[in-house]
Amino acid sequence: MSPLLDVKNLSIGFGSAPPVVYGVSFSVNAGETLALVGESGSGKTLTCRSVLRILPAAAQVRSGEVHFGTGASRADLLQMAPRQIRDVRGDRISMIFQEPMRSLSPLHRIGNQVSEVLTLHRDMSLAEAKRDVIATFDRVGFPDAERAYRAYPFELSGGMRQRAMIAMAMVAKPDLLIADEPTTALDVTTQAQVLGLMKTLQRDTGMAMILVTHDLGVVANMADSVVVMNKGHVMERGPAEAVLSAPGHGYTQKLFAAAPVIPEVAKPADPIDGNDAILELNGISKTYHVRASGWRASKPVYACSDVNLRVPRGKTLAIVGESGSGKTTCARIALGAELPDPGGEVIFRAEAGLQPVRVDHLSRAEKVAFQRQAQMVFQDPYSSLSPRMRVQEALTEPMEIHRLGTKISRRDKAAEMLRWVGLNPDMLKRYPHAFSGGQRQRLSIARALTLDPVLLVCDEPTSALDVSVQEQILSLLERIRDGMGLSYLFISHDLAVVARIADEVAVMRRGVVVEQAPPKTLFYNPSHPYTKALIAAQPEPDIHSPIDLAAVSSGAGEPETWPDLYRFEGMAAPALREIEPGHKVRCHA
Amino acid sequence: MMFLRYAAYRLLTMCLTLVVVSILVFAIINLPPGDYLSNQIAELRATGQAEGVAKAEFLRTEFGLDRPLWYQYLMWVGLAPGEYGFSGLLQGDLGWSFFNDEPVIDIVGSKLWLTVLVNLAAVLFIYFMAIPLGVLAAAKSKTWIDYVTAFIGYLGLATPNFLLALILFYYGRKYIGLPIGGLMDPVYEGEPLSWGKIQSVLTHMIVPTFVIGTAGVAAMMQRLRANMLDELGKPYVETATAKGLAPSRMLTKYPLRVAFNPFVADIGNLLPAMVSGSVIISVVMSLPTIGPDLLTALKTQDQFLAGFVLMFVAFLTLVGTMISDLLLVLLDPRIRYGAREG
Repeated sequence: MSPLLDVKNLSIGFGSAPPVVYGVSFSVNAGETLALVGESGSGKTLTCRSVLRILPAAAQVRSGEVHFGTGASRADLLQMAPRQIRDVRGDRISMIFQEPMRSLSPLHRIGNQVSEVLTLHRDMSLAEAKRDVIATFDRVGFPDAERAYRAYPFELSGGMRQRAMIAMAMVAKPDLLIADEPTTALDVTTQAQVLGLMKTLQRDTGMAMILVTHDLGVVANMADSVVVMNKGHVMERGPAEAVLSAPGHGYTQKLFAAAPVIPEVAKPADPIDGNDAILELNGISKTYHVRASGWRASKPVYACSDVNLRVPRGKTLAIVGESGSGKTTCARIALGAELPDPGGEVIFRAEAGLQPVRVDHLSRAEKVAFQRQAQMVFQDPYSSLSPRMRVQEALTEPMEIHRLGTKISRRDKAAEMLRWVGLNPDMLKRYPHAFSGGQRQRLSIARALTLDPVLLVCDEPTSALDVSVQEQILSLLERIRDGMGLSYLFISHDLAVVARIADEVAVMRRGVVVEQAPPKTLFYNPSHPYTKALIAAQPEPDIHSPIDLAAVSSGAGEPETWPDLYRFEGMAAPALREIEPGHKVRCHA
Repeated sequence: MMFLRYAAYRLLTMCLTLVVVSILVFAIINLPPGDYLSNQIAELRATGQAEGVAKAEFLRTEFGLDRPLWYQYLMWVGLAPGEYGFSGLLQGDLGWSFFNDEPVIDIVGSKLWLTVLVNLAAVLFIYFMAIPLGVLAAAKSKTWIDYVTAFIGYLGLATPNFLLALILFYYGRKYIGLPIGGLMDPVYEGEPLSWGKIQSVLTHMIVPTFVIGTAGVAAMMQRLRANMLDELGKPYVETATAKGLAPSRMLTKYPLRVAFNPFVADIGNLLPAMVSGSVIISVVMSLPTIGPDLLTALKTQDQFLAGFVLMFVAFLTLVGTMISDLLLVLLDPRIRYGAREG
């Protein structure tokens, strides 16, 4: 029997440049999941898009065949007339994209966008289409399918939007589903649930799936067979079991080595000595008032409440949580970019024994000094560097603003910082576009270091990067911290990333810290159901330890649904209690 | 329900804005020292025309020009009674044009609806031409279609309007017998509305609409093209294509809907810009619109005429912005729900 989809010798290129996808061949059998694995720039996305012929306008298929279908309807998708390929799209082959936030039109109701697939391909009336769509919404796990049908995308969370995208892709019961990094933009607990959903749907409908991902953990949980790509070439191909348990190619082994995992811990860590804290957040709450229109009263939104954290000097405190957990608000308050509600205080001691500074009540002179001593590294290295400034200007600008040094000494400092972050000082004359994502993040770190800060706030510094690059940046941050004696406040949504760099971890959910401990203690004895869910949801690149969906769903739900011991009553959360030295959990006594 | 409340709210703010505008208009008109009548009286005295002086003095008292400014303002808007029964704007009395020596209403009355008509036609022309051309240029960007539309567009932007008007009049007359100048055949002037009059107005409007509209079409087309190109790169467009939608339907249903919002917001700005911007055209093409009247009234300090025309333009602007605001609320759920949440 011939496979459902057979890609042969596919080459894709831009303009007259050499091809970026080169001689790729693979096949997918009916009902099977193929994972297309690779880092950014590997050509995996172009490859899967060429199947539906939705390549960017500048890209052309140079050679190859893509046969799809069974029996008489089998044809080469690349040779089809535009009219015919439109009949295949959305009907027999459908696709899910990476960013659920932007993959749905903001101006059309979800129901309208999903039922369009049916009215387009099935000749259905609107009412019939609606009935089918609502049934599909029920299946993908919308609590209220009728409401979802009427909702606009911005009314739903990221996870719910991705469910809507899945519903859109599934509603016509396609033979093949192409999912391009379907969970990369989601929180780890949501990712686990969405992956679980896709697996169930696949089992029920018997469709085949191509899963494009960079995450070996996702591969291990989902795939029957694997194609590993690098720079447009297939590196390794085979059944998932074989590839994952004994990767043959050096590149696959490298990917494995870099995949962040939550370590197995034999014994808890000793509580850290936190007497000399460089930064203290005491009783921090932040309430935003959503402005009301017309005459109605505004309603408060509690971004974080009663957060107490200490960053010990020379150590790293990590705040972990999903989007909306309040971790970024805490970081902004710590930097004085935002003021806490009255009653909270932020205390900063630049050096041990020095007079502490209240970050929430800075005088003008204190503010200038504080801004030098505390710097930030941002999440997205692509947008945090001005494309019109040379590296040298970007690196010397902070010193110019603070009127430090002479032109020559500033230049030397910039060169020195480039060496610190592992770049060559020759690069000072270049523009940011000449650098890769990892190099740009090194540049942002170098820029943050030019003012000789003592505290660095890192806001998800690695989440926009490939896994192998992520590993390098984390090592770099560790080296700098120990070499320069810095202290870090590290914000992340990823426990595995935090596991290696942090000395203490605070897990946040809905504006409060639910569990706090050194990482080893946390992984040895995770107590809070939400922490357990975060750990369980982390996909591991081991085909024999699938995600425990039960553990994820019991902890990742709303705080009102947690087990009795940990349950919130509306906004009233239980207190944060120390259950063993250095290990605090938010639970009822 | 929510929409009706918002509409009522906008109507209320519009009225308040109108009040503020009226104060500003009145203040600005009265900024230069003296007024039309005192200048005229001085001149009449100098030439010894006692009869004229008496009439001017009468007008001065009738419209309260000898009273303090704040009282004059109240009289003008119609909140305070004037001598000899001048009742003010709110009660439908637009005042007297000293320069033309006849009531303001007689000067602008017939021109008001023609002004609105010409400008409305131009706005519709702009939207109907620019939208398809802009979408086409974006969808076929960097092909000959894009370059040709851009070329024609820039030609339209760069050609002086009055020149275009003369050229079109000439060739329109020569080849298809279009009328030259005016907005209707002179025989219909002052006549009641009839089928013939409507036909005459419509044929007279072809060239003016085209001339007033071309620059607007070119500008809007290029902006729509740029907005569309931004939208075309977004993932939801890809989603729509991957669904199997045909390109024409995909373009109009998704990216155009999003790219179009700024142009809905433009309606408010378009109207007044055309009234004041089309003054030269109106003169060249001898269109009976109020643009030229505004110009003379401002030059001669003819305060009631100038005041009314300015108020009328402000009113058009405010109605335009209100329409665009209300349309945006209907068209864009993000605005609608943003207001509800807030």
